[in-house]
Amino acid sequence: MSQIKNFTRGFIKENPVFVLLLGLCPALGVTTSAFNGLGMGLATTFVLLSSNIVVSVIKDLIPNKVRIPSFIVIIASFVTIVQLVMEAFLPELFDALGLFIPLIVVNCLVLGRAEAFASKKNTLSSIADGLGMGLGFAFALTLLGAVRELLGQGAVFGLSLIQADGMLVFVLPPGAFIGLGYLIALTNILKKSLKTE
Amino acid sequence: MAKRESTFINMVLTLMLVTVVASLTLATVYNLTKEPIARAREEARQAAIRMVVPDFDELITRKVMPAEGRDSLEFNFAIKDGDLAGVAVSTYTDKGFSGRITAMVGFHPDGRIVDVVHLQHKETPGLGDKIEKSKSDWSDQFQGMDPATAVIRVTKDGGQVDAITAATITARAYCDGIQRAYDAFRKHVLSEGGIEL
Amino acid sequence: MEYILIIIGAVFVNNIVLSYFLGICPYIGVSSKLTTSVGMAGAVTFVMVLATVVTYLIYTFILVPFQVTYLQTISYILVISSLVQMVEIMLKKVSPALYQALGIFLPLITTNCAVLGVAILTVQREFNLLEGIVYAIANSIGFALAIILFAGIREHLDLMDIPKGMRGAPAALVVAGIMALAFMGFAGLV
Repeated sequence: MSQIKNFTRGFIKENPVFVLLLGLCPALGVTTSAFNGLGMGLATTFVLLSSNIVVSVIKDLIPNKVRIPSFIVIIASFVTIVQLVMEAFLPELFDALGLFIPLIVVNCLVLGRAEAFASKKNTLSSIADGLGMGLGFAFALTLLGAVRELLGQGAVFGLSLIQADGMLVFVLPPGAFIGLGYLIALTNILKKSLKTE
Repeated sequence: MAKRESTFINMVLTLMLVTVVASLTLATVYNLTKEPIARAREEARQAAIRMVVPDFDELITRKVMPAEGRDSLEFNFAIKDGDLAGVAVSTYTDKGFSGRITAMVGFHPDGRIVDVVHLQHKETPGLGDKIEKSKSDWSDQFQGMDPATAVIRVTKDGGQVDAITAATITARAYCDGIQRAYDAFRKHVLSEGGIEL
Repeated sequence: MEYILIIIGAVFVNNIVLSYFLGICPYIGVSSKLTTSVGMAGAVTFVMVLATVVTYLIYTFILVPFQVTYLQTISYILVISSLVQMVEIMLKKVSPALYQALGIFLPLITTNCAVLGVAILTVQREFNLLEGIVYAIANSIGFALAIILFAGIREHLDLMDIPKGMRGAPAALVVAGIMALAFMGFAGLV
């Protein structure tokens, strides 16, 4: 069924971070640990899913010239909801993600999907797409966070795996860039080998 | 797919409607989360206070302006059986590597430090974040220090505080915050004519 | 003086791209050519400073007095997208060549996390209006520095023989990482 295709597309073939190169700011900024990466990924998925649904439901009511500002208001509202709910019920994650929570509103992924997909397809497809892209994004962030946490602190999700001093550079900005660079390279190689089979 | 025409009146109406609905939704969510947010913050504050002063059954809070600094400090007088058991001072420093660091310093009634616990910071993970008790026992060295006799500065600056390796700026800033708390404590609690409770 | 510290901090020590991770999308997307990078840096500077000023005024004189600070995200992003529209219209008239060169990346300044990020940070770090303007200008200089340096390196990189999997974004990111490492050397400065 085509909904399955809409959903799985976001994981490898068109993974927002590794393939489409969208949403790189939070991908680099909050992935100091697997947990932070997962938290940000799920928060973004919530915003992406909600705005996809709303946009796809009211798409016929919005005149073409004001669609971008309208999408922005819708997305910004969901981001604010995430901000408030997180501050109330997940204060540690809220502190850890900091500035990057309101920055979900400028995540090119969210506006991009609203414009390219949800405003043109029906609600069910938009749900599948939102979930797929969002979870693909979350997967990418969690993976990068896990790599950085493992190499930098010898732990994943707080569970110590390697009893040695980590390579500090991976927890710092340079490590984010380098880690992401190699993960994208790996994805490129993977995609190419899947194609030639 | 019949989109609404992009006439001026349609555009204005749509934008207004979207914004109004968004604002109303947000106001509702804000009101719903206001209390949980305040509760979460208060719990964090209380937990920090309890970590740095001895047992108490009553807490009186006062705001005090420090000798130097833009914002007020918060003095939390911990009372047990009618006597002052300790004072937890919520202090800050803006000299951190990445901006403001806030911390809770606990004083015995005679001015000796009970303990110091960080509240919020944006210091470098793996380096400056060693001010956190969960990341390192670096901050344990402040326990029992008497700022009246011990110089609360890093050894590089002629003091008695061991700096954090490769994070001297953070350590120096932390001392600045503790000193700010002590100066206000000495002025308002130790000296004659202190604060009326 | 305070302002010197703000400037050095924003341009070198806490560079908005290499340290705060803001403005990465245009950083990777536009920096393959030196000329477009310069144009992008100029446009970002203009929007960033204006946006910081307007959002600061909105925060101080509307959001806080009316106790609706939770509308910060919405109001800020609307201000920024309107400003970008204005810049687009202006640029079309004043310099159609630059407008063509920037192409899709001009409206993308709206989603440039650096602009929204600096606006939010200005209020978070409790700068006054003048300090905020200095901070915004300094950050746009920092962005310009990072992107122009990067573009220079990338133009050389494109002429080299790199393993297939690393071509394009991966190599660029590793270079950015090394640049970030270099900039970390400024850490003791302020």
